[in-house]
Amino acid sequence: MDKLAIADREFNSRLLVGTGKFASCEIMAEALEKSGTEIVTVALRRVDIENKNDDMLRAINVKKYLLLPNTSGARDAEEAVRLSKLARAATGINWVKLEVTPDPYYLLPDPVETLKAAEILVKDGFIVLPYINADPVLAKRLEDAGTATVMPLASPIGSKQGLRTRAALEIIIEQANVPVVVDAGLGLPSHAADAMEMGADAVLVNTAIATAAEPSRMATAFKLAVEAGRTAYKAGAAAAGKRASASSPLTGFLRDNKEEK
Amino acid sequence: MISTQKHPNEVKGSDVERALATPAGSYSLEKLLALISPAAEDYLEEMAQQARQLTIQRFGRTIRLYAPLYLSNYCINNCRYCGFNKENKSERRRLTIEQAVSEADVIASEGFRDILLVSSEDRKFISIDYLSELAGRLRGKFSSISIEVYQMTTKEYAKLFAAGIEGITLYQETYDRDIYRKYHPAGPKADYDHRLSAADSIAQAGMREIGIAVLLGLSDWRLEALALGEHAHYLMKRYWKSRVSFSFPRLRPAKNVDRTQFSFLSDKNLVQMIIALRLCFADSGLVLSTRESAELRDHLIEVGITKISAGSKTSPGGYSQPTNAVEQFEIDDTRSPAQVAEMIRAHGFEPVWKDWDIAFVKSCKSEE
Repeated sequence: MDKLAIADREFNSRLLVGTGKFASCEIMAEALEKSGTEIVTVALRRVDIENKNDDMLRAINVKKYLLLPNTSGARDAEEAVRLSKLARAATGINWVKLEVTPDPYYLLPDPVETLKAAEILVKDGFIVLPYINADPVLAKRLEDAGTATVMPLASPIGSKQGLRTRAALEIIIEQANVPVVVDAGLGLPSHAADAMEMGADAVLVNTAIATAAEPSRMATAFKLAVEAGRTAYKAGAAAAGKRASASSPLTGFLRDNKEEK
Repeated sequence: MISTQKHPNEVKGSDVERALATPAGSYSLEKLLALISPAAEDYLEEMAQQARQLTIQRFGRTIRLYAPLYLSNYCINNCRYCGFNKENKSERRRLTIEQAVSEADVIASEGFRDILLVSSEDRKFISIDYLSELAGRLRGKFSSISIEVYQMTTKEYAKLFAAGIEGITLYQETYDRDIYRKYHPAGPKADYDHRLSAADSIAQAGMREIGIAVLLGLSDWRLEALALGEHAHYLMKRYWKSRVSFSFPRLRPAKNVDRTQFSFLSDKNLVQMIIALRLCFADSGLVLSTRESAELRDHLIEVGITKISAGSKTSPGGYSQPTNAVEQFEIDDTRSPAQVAEMIRAHGFEPVWKDWDIAFVKSCKSEE
């Protein structure tokens, strides 16, 4: 599979994995291993970022994975910026998955505050990966602001509903000059494959792996699905799917006329 | 109390089946009515399965842990079910800030990062300034600080929010006006409507979490559950940035409380209420204290409860030294926090000590 480039780094895997909702750190570590991921996102609210003995942080091998802190729980730009800076001060990591989700139920991202925070963080030297609703104009505004990716949602986080925002995702993918990582709502490997076939550069999965009966096997399934989807995309499957090939061509008569001559 | 087209006793099995066919986690009064009805008792297993699946989907295989820290049991109210009732001639105790910090140190040493400060209506001593100062002292040790004290104004809540307190638990106790009057004969808490406005004040102050509940055992739990659901729904629609969570305080024997006065709720109905609320509110925290037995708590984390306390001491000063001061209620689950965490793991869940960060507090210093 071709490599994924984000900012100045390259990754062999196009599957990003979240660390919430696992039954234990051991189960999480095994799932990360099986997923083949190289980017692992961690909620700053959930870990003691300054404590090297934090259970969850200890279970993530930082030599193997890029630890991508996220600002889950932030209600506005100010909170997200503050959390990001504290995380950078504690770890030296200047990557951040920007999440500004003022609504505590569906955790849908606030576009206004996300853009505001992204502008501040990019200026401050952060590599910003913003979680957004599937809004093509917002995606372009963030790209203009200098974010490293855009991360539009497929459906509400944790809902496992798959690509409910398909039409908007297609536009985002078509227009983007930065990697598009489809984040949130992918409930099955087939959803991930679907996103990759569509031309997404990567996907992020958490709930679907963490809450499966066997997380590590589900992690393997997502790994394979992402690879299959990417390979299919590169093989031109999407183009073939969009072209019509009628069994009774409307212009067939032209050929018939020609033959008569 | 609210009025519905039907009384819970009129709900039929077919109504319950229809409620169970709606998307798990969405609310309507009719749905909650069906799920808390006597007819729904025949569908408890199916409801429990749905509730478990939904909770795991929304919260993952995790259970949050917290500990209460009792600050004072001096009280100017005389709630007739409460051990802190001012007419109760027991030994009273209130902690100085230093003493409270020592208590918190014990709690922190047990692994807790989520603390609930509890006090009776002792506003003169446990003042807004006291709570602000204590929150400031605790911020280094705890990632989440919430309080369960007397009712305050929006302005006072806002001051506490700025000091790092992110959640408020405040129960209406009962939504039945007549029963409310009967149990709260005097003191500031006697005003039903004022009490009912508390959650609005809390949300308007920007608090992230609003904990609501009824004291189970005062009135018909089915009607109370309906009122609770309506209250929660109202709050969610109106204050979209605050999360509503539910607790299930079931009236327990306490000193000088006449046990014959109350209608204690059965385990079966407690389970039904928990499951019914989960099936109506997918993302609400459901909180259970050590009032309940170890055995029951072990089962309830499987069907929708997302946050539990452990190793609680419900009298001021109870963590650092044994005391004769009156408890608010008697503890049933007396296991240590470590034992409770082990139980959670044995059930295939991760005990979560930290799920918030003090960096969210505005006055918290950032890198530059």
